[in-house]
Amino acid sequence: MSAVLQAVLQFPGAHSALKPAGPQARIAEGLWNSMYATAIVVFLLVMAALLWAAFRRRRAEEPAPDPARERRMRRVVAAAVGITTIVLFTFLVSDISAGRAVTATPGKDAIQIIVTGHQWWWEVQYRDSVPQRWVTTANEIHVPVGRQVAVELRSTDVIHSFWPPNLTGKRDLIPGNENSLWFQADSAGVYRAECAEYCGHEHAKMALLVVAQSPDSFARWLTQQRDTAHTPADSLTSRGQEVFLSSACAMCHSIAGTPAGSRVGPDLTHLAGRATIAAGTLPNTRGNLAGWIVDPQRIKPGARMPPNQLDPADLRALLAYLETLR
Amino acid sequence: MSLTVPAVPHEPGRAPESAAEVVGRLEDTWRARPGLRGWLSSVDHKSIGKRYIITAFVFFLLGGIEAAVMRAQLARPENGLIGPDAYNQIFTMHGTTMMFLFAVPVMDAVGLYLVPLMIGGRNVAFPRLNAYGYWVYLFGGAFLYVMFFLNTGPDTGWFSYVPLAGPEFSPGKRVDVWAQTVTFTEISALVASVELIVTIFKTRAPGMTLNRMPLYVWSMLVQSFMVLFAMPWVASASMFLAMDRLVGTHFFNPAEGGDALLWQHLFWFFGHPEVYIIFVPALGFVSSIVATFTRRPVFGYPAMVLSMVATGFLAFGLWVHHMFVTGIPQLGASFFTAASMMIAIPSGVQIFCWIATIWSGRPRFAVPFLFVLGFVALFLIGGFTGVMIASVPFDTQVHDTFFIVAHFHYVLIGGAVFPLFGAFYYWFPKVTGRMLDERLGRWNFWLFFIGMNVTFFPMHELGLLGMPRRVYTYLPETGWGGLNLLASIGAVTIAVSVVVFLVNVARSLRVGEAAGANPWGADTLEWAATSPPRPYNFAFTPVVESREPMWQHPAELPAVEGLRTDVREVLVTTLLDAEPDSRHRHPEPTIWPLIAAIATAVLFITLIFTPWGAVIGTVLLFLAFVGWAWPRGKDHQEQLMIEAES
Repeated sequence: MSAVLQAVLQFPGAHSALKPAGPQARIAEGLWNSMYATAIVVFLLVMAALLWAAFRRRRAEEPAPDPARERRMRRVVAAAVGITTIVLFTFLVSDISAGRAVTATPGKDAIQIIVTGHQWWWEVQYRDSVPQRWVTTANEIHVPVGRQVAVELRSTDVIHSFWPPNLTGKRDLIPGNENSLWFQADSAGVYRAECAEYCGHEHAKMALLVVAQSPDSFARWLTQQRDTAHTPADSLTSRGQEVFLSSACAMCHSIAGTPAGSRVGPDLTHLAGRATIAAGTLPNTRGNLAGWIVDPQRIKPGARMPPNQLDPADLRALLAYLETLR
Repeated sequence: MSLTVPAVPHEPGRAPESAAEVVGRLEDTWRARPGLRGWLSSVDHKSIGKRYIITAFVFFLLGGIEAAVMRAQLARPENGLIGPDAYNQIFTMHGTTMMFLFAVPVMDAVGLYLVPLMIGGRNVAFPRLNAYGYWVYLFGGAFLYVMFFLNTGPDTGWFSYVPLAGPEFSPGKRVDVWAQTVTFTEISALVASVELIVTIFKTRAPGMTLNRMPLYVWSMLVQSFMVLFAMPWVASASMFLAMDRLVGTHFFNPAEGGDALLWQHLFWFFGHPEVYIIFVPALGFVSSIVATFTRRPVFGYPAMVLSMVATGFLAFGLWVHHMFVTGIPQLGASFFTAASMMIAIPSGVQIFCWIATIWSGRPRFAVPFLFVLGFVALFLIGGFTGVMIASVPFDTQVHDTFFIVAHFHYVLIGGAVFPLFGAFYYWFPKVTGRMLDERLGRWNFWLFFIGMNVTFFPMHELGLLGMPRRVYTYLPETGWGGLNLLASIGAVTIAVSVVVFLVNVARSLRVGEAAGANPWGADTLEWAATSPPRPYNFAFTPVVESREPMWQHPAELPAVEGLRTDVREVLVTTLLDAEPDSRHRHPEPTIWPLIAAIATAVLFITLIFTPWGAVIGTVLLFLAFVGWAWPRGKDHQEQLMIEAES
């Protein structure tokens, strides 16, 4: 987990459209490079023409509109318009072929994930033909390197947008409309996604991590996620579980294997295995978790989680319990 | 002035008047009423235009202050200057103010001031409606800001996407305030467009055929038609939204068979043309300035006109490029990609024509011309990024990021605000009779130009590095801090340049060099009027024989004689060839447009709080319109007699 944390802290590379790590992002980056280069050339040419037109040396008595010169100018302007049209047409053709490559349907063996946007966190679900094997987690997607991942995008409240720039462009999550996209991570790493559609108060703090790992470790992760939560082994953690189940926590969160089954907030069955809390905005450390439980409104004003006044001993027990949820 | 071409025959029994007599009588007839009541009942397009421009500029300053607060908040990561609630209100206010209360109104305002002067008319076609449009706009804008200061400012963005803006996720009155503000501005924009279309079509000076019309007038004509076709969409959208929120309809509620995407289609079918509604008049400013400061007509008049008309049409075929990431099928999206790229062609035509004009002319580098040169550089950058984001695969990466923020500020500030500042410097002497200071003007230009690039150029990179729009803060680990700080420094530079402009205006109003009628040696008719123009604009309605009347007749313009001077009478001409068609009795100043606007405001504002507002407001509005249309004594009798005679 510390490796994951470290990777998260190297943000600039982990969250950039210019460091593609998947086929779609690579296509977009290729388009950007070619269009950027063309734009620089055309900009320099037009500015040179403008500055020359403005500052060229003029004969003392140049006639203003001279018919012969006007005709020559007409030809030059027509040629410039013609070149513009050709450049634009080239762009159009390359766009459309790039668009076909990006939107091609994913293969049959693609991993299927359902991502549901909530104000302001992400619910992630891995489905299976056997419902008991479904995995629900939050704010973190694990994927195997080199395999297509088909993501179904849903929203139950307002419009959000799913965007891991290193892997692919964004797609909106619209209530009442089903959207989907696919991506593929070509190299292992942790990539960040931020919500890209303004979704209210805490739009700024709604991120998600995409953890691309080797197929083996992905399989291990998935198997482990299917487990229910550990039963508390000592008195401190059992006290913690008691606190969880008897306080407001259980009203919104679920922990598989316990009576807590509400799906209003993120599923916490494997909370301790996740790198961040508060939707990808706080490293998952004991101190941060304690601060978050006691007063989430200070960290993320407007978040749906209320402050919790817990006895210091209870809080310690709760934290100890939550830390066992690997 | 010579009195040739007596196009309108004398009325029988009236002796021809001497020039001095004409001026004396016109002064009496068109004199503004004294006092506060006179000020409130003015129907002169120049006094209303000035109020309009000043009001819009005040909103520009307010929007600018909001931008400054946002840049201060984003200057460093996890900054605690303002929280999400304030930030979300402020970015919504910034967008709403700049689009609905500044950009469109200021373009209309300048048009309402200049168009009648440029076409040799005495006033706009419907002067009372013009006053009504201004008051409605003023009340709408004031309402928004009053509510903002009462902490009821809208906070769902200037685009107010549902379901976020719907009743479930935005309870309270904030979004209602937004929807009604939009309704106010829709009315004033529609009023201005009707006003301008009729004024341009029916009140041009004799001889100003359509193909002799100044390019600026063409730009306002195209813009007005665009407003006419674009505004009804946002009007219905905002009405649906208000109904969803206030009376429980379900236009946008997917749970009840509504559709969240319907809002986006309606909004952007207006919202994209809106950008060109702002940009097309700026093309007109640029053409006017280029012609004057290169001392030759703009090269390629037909191409320029057709480009503006083409832009007007194509602007309605682009709206879906705001929705490329909503899951539009690829085939559908490629149509909009093609249209979005195609619109670059008319813009290219105009830029090439201006460069040709400058090349073959003799440029003078006064401040308005500097703003035009700056416009070309900035608009090119905004245009290139516009072509880039027309590409769906690339757009999915930068959509809703700071790349887009950079793009449209280049287009809107570079493409519209720079020409507008050029226009301020260019027409200020006409409006006030005094020149703006050139040296301060250069400071204004260079600070603005540098500040603009320092603020917005880094945002392209921020977007590519993954920074989404509309975020009140970001984590230090993202590495976005440096570029954001740079952008904030740029914003300070822009603020300084605007202060320089304000100082320049304040100083020049008192001690500026006296301008005279035609200080720049320009070609269009507004420069034939005195600076500032008299209430009747021209003592004699000019007759036009070419596209550049002032260059053709630098000393004296041919003029029409025979129009009545003892009553407010204007000449109506034919649509295509501007041949004299009829005389028209022009309305006197009246307070009723103000009363009708107050009734409109009561209707819209009370509606937010109670459905009875519809009843109360409608009754008041009905009474106000009755008062407005009530036949009045002698004028009415006279009008009936004229109608009986003809």
